[in-house]
Amino acid sequence: MSLQEFLQFVFAGITSGSVYALTALGFTLIYNATGIINFAQGEFVMLGGLAAVSLHSGGAPLALAAIGAVAAVTVVGLLFELLAIRPLLNASVLAQIIVTVGASLALRTAAMLIWGREAMALPAFTERAPLSVLGATVVAQTVWVLGVTALIVIALQVFYRRTMLGKAVRACAVNPMAARLLGIPYGRVVLLTFGASAAVAAAGGVLITPISFMSYSSGALLGLKGFAAAILGGLGSPAGAVAGGLALGLLESLSVGLLPWSGTSGYKDAIAFLILLLVLFARPQGLLGQRTAQKV
Amino acid sequence: MARFGQREGAEGAAGESRKARGSGRGGRDRPSRGPGGALGWPSGNLAFLLFSLVALTVPLYLTNSYYLSILAFFAIRLMPTIGLNLLLGQAGQISLGHAAFIGLGAYGSAVLTTRWGLDPWPAMFLAAVLSALVAVVIGVPALRLEGHYLAMATLGFGEIVLILLIQLKGLTGGTDGVVGIPPLTLGGWSLTDPRLFHVVVWSAALIMLRMALNLPRTRTGRALIALHRTEIAAASLGIDVAFHKLQVFVVSAVFASIAGSFLAHYVMFISPEGFGVTLSVLLVAGAVIGGLGSVWGAVWGAGLMVLLPEVLARYNEDYTLLAFGLLVIVVMIFLPEGLAGAPARLLGLRRTPHIVGSRTQAEPVEERGSECRS
Amino acid sequence: MPVLRVEGVTRRFGGVTAVKEVSFQVHEAQIKAVIGPNGAGKTTLFNLVSAIDRPDEGRVLFRNPLRSGDAQIDLARTSPHQASRAGIGRTFQHSQIFEALSVLDNVKVGRHAHGRAGLLSAFLTLPRQRREEAEAEEAARQALQRAGLGDRAETEADSLPLGERHLLEIARALATEPGLLLLDEPAAGLNNEETERLAETVRRIRDDGVTVLLVEHDMGFVMEVSDEVVVLDYGEKIAEGSPLMIRSNPEVIRAYLGEDYLAEEVPR
Repeated sequence: MSLQEFLQFVFAGITSGSVYALTALGFTLIYNATGIINFAQGEFVMLGGLAAVSLHSGGAPLALAAIGAVAAVTVVGLLFELLAIRPLLNASVLAQIIVTVGASLALRTAAMLIWGREAMALPAFTERAPLSVLGATVVAQTVWVLGVTALIVIALQVFYRRTMLGKAVRACAVNPMAARLLGIPYGRVVLLTFGASAAVAAAGGVLITPISFMSYSSGALLGLKGFAAAILGGLGSPAGAVAGGLALGLLESLSVGLLPWSGTSGYKDAIAFLILLLVLFARPQGLLGQRTAQKV
Repeated sequence: MARFGQREGAEGAAGESRKARGSGRGGRDRPSRGPGGALGWPSGNLAFLLFSLVALTVPLYLTNSYYLSILAFFAIRLMPTIGLNLLLGQAGQISLGHAAFIGLGAYGSAVLTTRWGLDPWPAMFLAAVLSALVAVVIGVPALRLEGHYLAMATLGFGEIVLILLIQLKGLTGGTDGVVGIPPLTLGGWSLTDPRLFHVVVWSAALIMLRMALNLPRTRTGRALIALHRTEIAAASLGIDVAFHKLQVFVVSAVFASIAGSFLAHYVMFISPEGFGVTLSVLLVAGAVIGGLGSVWGAVWGAGLMVLLPEVLARYNEDYTLLAFGLLVIVVMIFLPEGLAGAPARLLGLRRTPHIVGSRTQAEPVEERGSECRS
Repeated sequence: MPVLRVEGVTRRFGGVTAVKEVSFQVHEAQIKAVIGPNGAGKTTLFNLVSAIDRPDEGRVLFRNPLRSGDAQIDLARTSPHQASRAGIGRTFQHSQIFEALSVLDNVKVGRHAHGRAGLLSAFLTLPRQRREEAEAEEAARQALQRAGLGDRAETEADSLPLGERHLLEIARALATEPGLLLLDEPAAGLNNEETERLAETVRRIRDDGVTVLLVEHDMGFVMEVSDEVVVLDYGEKIAEGSPLMIRSNPEVIRAYLGEDYLAEEVPR
């Protein structure tokens, strides 16, 4: 493989990796605030992409369609928390898993009823000729994906480190008891977290839809890959989520390009799941996560 | 039924000694209890006998082959739902990959009969053995994981199996699937007659139901209930937690595999798209909606899975999945005992919150939630 | 030969040493108490003895006095269910009863290791299943009697008051036929009457030949039932001896009991 081909795979990897990173971030936000893994996370990504397609084809300019889609999915996330999560915030892990799994089924089917089974795409954000980096082509959308992902990551960092509310959310995650004594409203923190998580996931969906098609069924796969990314980076760590996402994207892309047996790219998706299983079985705290003492 | 107060005692063999003792209901302030208690049904053996009688004699007075086919699919859905009911309801272990085992059963039967010329019954048996082996290989590492991780691992496993079914074209026919699967035969009779097939497939499902109904009041059943509540306490009482979890996982995989084999020989054509995550999720939803507190919940859940599409088909069959997704949320919040527990709830005989809905499973989460809430 | 020999056991969590070079022995048919302020390492020690956790250094040797043929085993190399099968029973600080089951069925779970009927027997209700079930019920009723809960067999476990929940955990552990019974704060949350009933039960169990090791905060209870007391402070053993000796040990009073001891009541 030439350097040029190699770079081509790298660019493809970090592009899809960025979306995995955003999905993984969505998982991480909710997990840190509530201890819940939201199995409907991937559906938020899918809804973001499809909502943007609808808004755009309905006449909205692309920028407005993107913002509108993220806003709409955020509302879905808030409603999801209020209607399904709030009543079971104190319930067993199993009950919480089942509810988010049920929600993913409902959202996916609702999307199929609204948008049908066809995969849809958005036009690229900007009509620019592809760049050439050391012989490899980089489409403008890739730059958008990377740029917006970086912006979101930075914005989240600023929010959690610098604002009062962000600190409150972190306090709840680190020490619920102390947070409560300080008078932090847990209910609002959880609501906010689900909204933010849905928004981040939807942004990922909007970003990727011009590059790879989006259909009602894309969410399940994206969600599982996002979780694989989160677990790769160590569940609970936002930095790990981003690193895990990029790493997963690269691994996936390069293994298709490099490994001889994978001439059939049909196995591409299996690679992510194989990585997920290997990490779960061998090192559930993640490759980047720290080994913590098990509490009995 | 000598004593009404002994209803729960009739649940299985375990109840016999209690019945013999005639121990009173002292301190028992609620009726039937325990995951084996068949609330919502006239309990125990009698309920099973009545249900079996009705299920097996249907072909005598129902000749409409369309309705018979629905009932056949009911039995085929019932098998994996019983397995999930045991896995989820009694052992508290979730699997979001059980469609893979149905797929392994279906493809095992299909490939062994069409490619290698085996007879359907041995093919079904070998496919079940294969599924059991796969369940051991995936279950040993996966069942060490807790809650969320187990769910994700089984989800990933299901996706991998689906990808293999699609990609191993030489064996599985890829997206085209396998055609020309021979029907089951029994003593020279081909089970293409819907009435004969009905009796055979329901016999198999009823055997599984009977076995599952026997479980809760036995050593193994109690071990599962114990490790569901707390693995540490269960282990401190001498229970090999890993072994018992694996055992019930394998059983549920085998039940699913057999259902897949029946499906393959019944419809005689299979393709991979039916064995994806949607089916896995639907099965869990069905088991939950039916009710995990009692094995009968599986009957309710499987029945709903088969009948709801018939009711909703006049609008759009896809509404079924939407309904299941929403129903599962509603049930989790408002009716944790599921449909099987609904009659008791309506009669005001509310049992303790069902195991899945109970807080005892998740003390850390509970603390997190309640303590941080202002 | 002692029932339990804790030899130079150390357990660290990250940078914290929860238990540091602790050694002591428990002798047959003895009630031994481990006391110490919160965070002294009592529960960590308990988890090491019941093989739920493993020490970083040292050994925890156990020999079941009720089964003379059994060899001594190192609990640091054992899994919890094997430790139970070797003859270690335990209760938990936070009630770990099975709420979904009746009192009797809770105790039957304790008979698990004494049965052999597997999944197939259960599914098919084979004769072995019926026979074992009857045996388990008989033994479970006996264990309930020993714990003083004989009349509560048919009650739902989750309707028991706290005091009886603790007794149920004891009955469940007794059903495993342990040579050593570990009680983790059995008197926590009990009123005077319940504590008295518990003390009677524990003494009766000891008189039956079961060795008891308990962790407790309730000094009155400890002084009343124990034959010997070990005192931990910051993970280290600072004293060991009869309740009388511990009462008057100046180091113990300084490190732990302080002024409160004079009022016969130690705040939690």
